[in-house]
Amino acid sequence: MILSCKEVTRLVSQGMDRRLTFGRRVSLRVHFAICQGCTNFSKQMTFLRSAVRELGSKSS
Amino acid sequence: MNDFRSRVEGERAYLVRYASLQLRDSHAAEDAVQETLVAALAGEASFAGRSNLRTWLTGILKHKIVDAIRRMSREAPAATEEDFEALFDERGHWIDPPAAWAEPDAALDQKGFFAALEMCLRRLPEKTSQAFLMREHLGLETDEICKELGVTPTHCWVLLYRARMSLRECLNKEWFGKT
Repeated sequence: MILSCKEVTRLVSQGMDRRLTFGRRVSLRVHFAICQGCTNFSKQMTFLRSAVRELGSKSS
Repeated sequence: MNDFRSRVEGERAYLVRYASLQLRDSHAAEDAVQETLVAALAGEASFAGRSNLRTWLTGILKHKIVDAIRRMSREAPAATEEDFEALFDERGHWIDPPAAWAEPDAALDQKGFFAALEMCLRRLPEKTSQAFLMREHLGLETDEICKELGVTPTHCWVLLYRARMSLRECLNKEWFGKT
């Protein structure tokens, strides 16, 4: 399955809340290999998660 | 068909145009007009003596439109993924692809960063922010969140997606975009 960047953003978000099917995960990997924008997006989502976990403990 | 009835029916096209403009949903508009016509025919007596039928019917329709908007906001997801259409071209590719954030981990040691994050969270609609914080800060599973917020699972996914997309854009602009 060829994913558009828009679909990738939805799948990345869903993947943070439930396990995606094997096919979807493969499609994401394939897309990341050729798309720096989505790779950056995905890293930012992971970062956002860790930042929000720390919210309150480090903010005043 | 009596005279009153045919005069009321004669206003249908006008009323549908009026309702469509405000509801932006042709089915909802037709329904609101239909309810209006039924109410009007049942209430012929209360029209007696008034001069302008269109004004009277429009008055009834306004109430039906308000009811319809209430119903729609209860049933339909408040947020849809369409909100982010503008980020992508017609083929679904980024118009402005995300650039890597510089030293994100260093941001976690800075108070200013968390102030920016809190500000971005406050800009989210209430339910969106509640869903997101339940998920990411409290670590609840999505089915628990749906239950707590009384929304469907699909609505839940949309809320979380929307929160992430909005927060990414907000942090990008308010923190990582700074030089």
